[in-house]
Amino acid sequence: MTSHDDISEERAARYIAVQNSQEFAALRKKFRGFVFPMTGAFLAWYFLYVLLASYAIDFMATPIGGTRITIGLVLGLLQFATTFAITMIYARWADRELDPAAAALAEHMERGDLR
Amino acid sequence: MNALTFPAQAAPTTQVGNTTLNIGIFLVFVLVTLGIVIRVSKQNTTAADYYAGGRAFSGRQNGIAITGDYLSAASFLGIAGAIAINGYDGFLYSIGFLVAWLVALLLVAELLRNTGRFTMADVLSFRLQQRPVRTAAAVTTLAVSAFYLLAQMAGAGGLVALLMGITDRGGQSVVIAVVGALMIVYVLVGGMKGTTWVQIIKAALLIVGAGVMTAWIGVKYGFNLSTLFGDAVERAKAPLMTGGLQYKNKIDFISLSIAIVLGTAGLPHVLMRFYTVPTSKEARRSVVWAIWLIGLFYLFTLVLGYGAAALVGKDAINAAPGKQNSAAPLLAFHLGGELLLGVISAVAFATILAVVAGLTITASASFAHDIYAQVIKRGQVSPDAEVKIARRAAVVIGILAIIGGIFANGQNIAFLVALAFAVAASANLPTILYSLFWKKFTTRGALFSMYGGLASALILIIFSPTVSGAATSMFPTANFAWFPLNNPGIVTVPLSFFLGWLGSVTSSEHNAAKYAEMEVRSLTGAGAEKAIAH
Repeated sequence: MTSHDDISEERAARYIAVQNSQEFAALRKKFRGFVFPMTGAFLAWYFLYVLLASYAIDFMATPIGGTRITIGLVLGLLQFATTFAITMIYARWADRELDPAAAALAEHMERGDLR
Repeated sequence: MNALTFPAQAAPTTQVGNTTLNIGIFLVFVLVTLGIVIRVSKQNTTAADYYAGGRAFSGRQNGIAITGDYLSAASFLGIAGAIAINGYDGFLYSIGFLVAWLVALLLVAELLRNTGRFTMADVLSFRLQQRPVRTAAAVTTLAVSAFYLLAQMAGAGGLVALLMGITDRGGQSVVIAVVGALMIVYVLVGGMKGTTWVQIIKAALLIVGAGVMTAWIGVKYGFNLSTLFGDAVERAKAPLMTGGLQYKNKIDFISLSIAIVLGTAGLPHVLMRFYTVPTSKEARRSVVWAIWLIGLFYLFTLVLGYGAAALVGKDAINAAPGKQNSAAPLLAFHLGGELLLGVISAVAFATILAVVAGLTITASASFAHDIYAQVIKRGQVSPDAEVKIARRAAVVIGILAIIGGIFANGQNIAFLVALAFAVAASANLPTILYSLFWKKFTTRGALFSMYGGLASALILIIFSPTVSGAATSMFPTANFAWFPLNNPGIVTVPLSFFLGWLGSVTSSEHNAAKYAEMEVRSLTGAGAEKAIAH
C-alpha cells in the first residue's frame, strides 16, 4: 500500500503539468459548464415547489378539470418527471461528450503529448 | 371474503394475519439470502473484498443495491403511512428523497469513485492533512450511521408488534436481538459482497411487492387516480388532497426539505456503495438505475398511501399497533389476505436487515480504515490486520445497535431518520463539495465545517421540540426547548458552508501536488482504484 504522503517529485510534477494543460482545462470547463447550471436549475425548481407547497396551499389544492387531481399533485409528479429527464440527459451527455474527452486526455497523458 | 375486512372493522386492535405464516416466510428469506451470502463469499479475504466487494459489481447491480440500501423501513412503511393519514404532505416527503439523488449523480458519485478507495474520509483527506481530517470525517460518519442505525432498529420493534403479535417489550427486545445477530452474521460472512446481494434481493422483493399491490389497487379503481383520491378523501373525512395536515410550521418544512435534498449525497453508507463498481462510468450507471427504481417505488407509495386511506381507513390504521407504520401491511392484508401480508411483512423485515447490514459495514470500515489504520497506526498496518479489526468493529457496532435499538424501541422512526439526514447535510456535504470543487479549501476549513456542522445540528436538535416541550417529544414531560424547529437544516447547512469558507480564508495551506493529483484523478479516472479479478 503506497502512502499518499510519499508521492514522488516526478509524479507530482506530472500531475501538475496535466492540471495546467489546456486540454485538462477544457475538460474541467466542459464538466463544470454542464453540471453547475444543471444543479442550480433543479435546486431552484425543487425549492420553488417547496415554497409553493408551504405558502400557496390553496393554489396547490386547486382541482383540475372537475377531477380530484390537484395542481400540487401535478407539479409534484412533474418533479419526478424532471428528475428522470435530467438523469437521462446527463447520462447521455456524459457517455457521448465527457467520457471520450476524458479518455483522449488519459491517452495523451500516457503518451506524454499533452497540449 | 368476510375475513379480509373483519380485523380492520370489528376488532381493530387484534393481531392481523397469521403469525406462523409471517415468521415462516421471513425464515425462508433468511435461509435463501444466507445461502447466497455463503456462496458468493468464498472470495472474501482482501480489504477491497471486505469493504468494496472487490469493486466487481456492475452499475445495474449496484444501482439495485443502492435502492435496497436507501429504501429503509422509514420510507416504505413511513411514507405510505404518512400519505394514508396526512395525504398530500406525505407525498411531499418522498419528492425530496428522490430529487436529492441528482446531487449525487451530478456532483459526487463519479468524482468520489475516481478519488477514494474505501471510505468518505479517503476523499476528504486526499489533499488536506491526513490525521485531523480523517478523524473528523470518521466522527461524522459514525454519528450519521448511528442515528440511521437506531432508526432502523427502533422500527424493528414496532414491526414485530404488528406482525408477530408480540406486544410486550421483553419479547420485542428478543426479536430486535435476533435481527441484530442475523445482521452481524451477514456482515461477517459476506462482507460487502454478501451485504450487496442481500440488498439486491431485498430491493427486488420490495419493488415487486409494492408493484403488485399498486397494480391491484389500479385494477380495483379502473386505473383512475381521481376516483381513488375521491374515495380516500370521503373515507378520511379530511382534505387529504390539500397540504398542511402534517407540516404545521412552514419554516420547519423548508428546513426538512433542505436537510433531505442535501443530506442524501452526504450519507456515508450511500457513498461507500460507489466503491463497489470498477469505474466511474459504472458509478454513473449505478445512480441512473437507483434514480429510476427509487422514483418508481415512490410513485407506488403514492398509490399505496391513498389506497390504504380509501380501503383500510384512518381509524383502523391508527388503532393498529405501530399506527401509521401499519398502513402498508394492513393494506396488504385487505387486498391479498394472510399470504400477501406475510410476504409484505417479510419484505419489511428484510428491509431492516439489509439497511442495518449496510450501515454496519460502513461504520466498521470507517473505524478500521480511518481511525485505526490511518490515525492510530499512521498507515503502518497490513490490510489483513485492518480487515480483522473491521470485522471485530462490526461485531461491536452490531451489539451496540441491538442495545440502542432496545432502548430506542417506540421512538419515532421518521424523526431519527430526519436527524441522520440533517447531520449528513450539515457535517458532510459542504466539505465534500468544497474538497472536490474549491481550490483554496484548507484543513482548517474542513474541520470548522465538519465539527461545526455536526455540533450545531446536534445542539439545535437537543433544544428542539422533537426532544422536549411538546406532546410528541422524546421527553414530553420536560421542557428545555428554545429552538422552534424540529429540523435544524435551514440554520446548520448554511452555517457549515460559511464555516468551511471562514476556516479556509483564515488559513493558508495548499498542497499543489496533491491538489493536482486529486483533480486530474477525479475527472479522468487516471490512477483510480481498479477492480479485483478473481
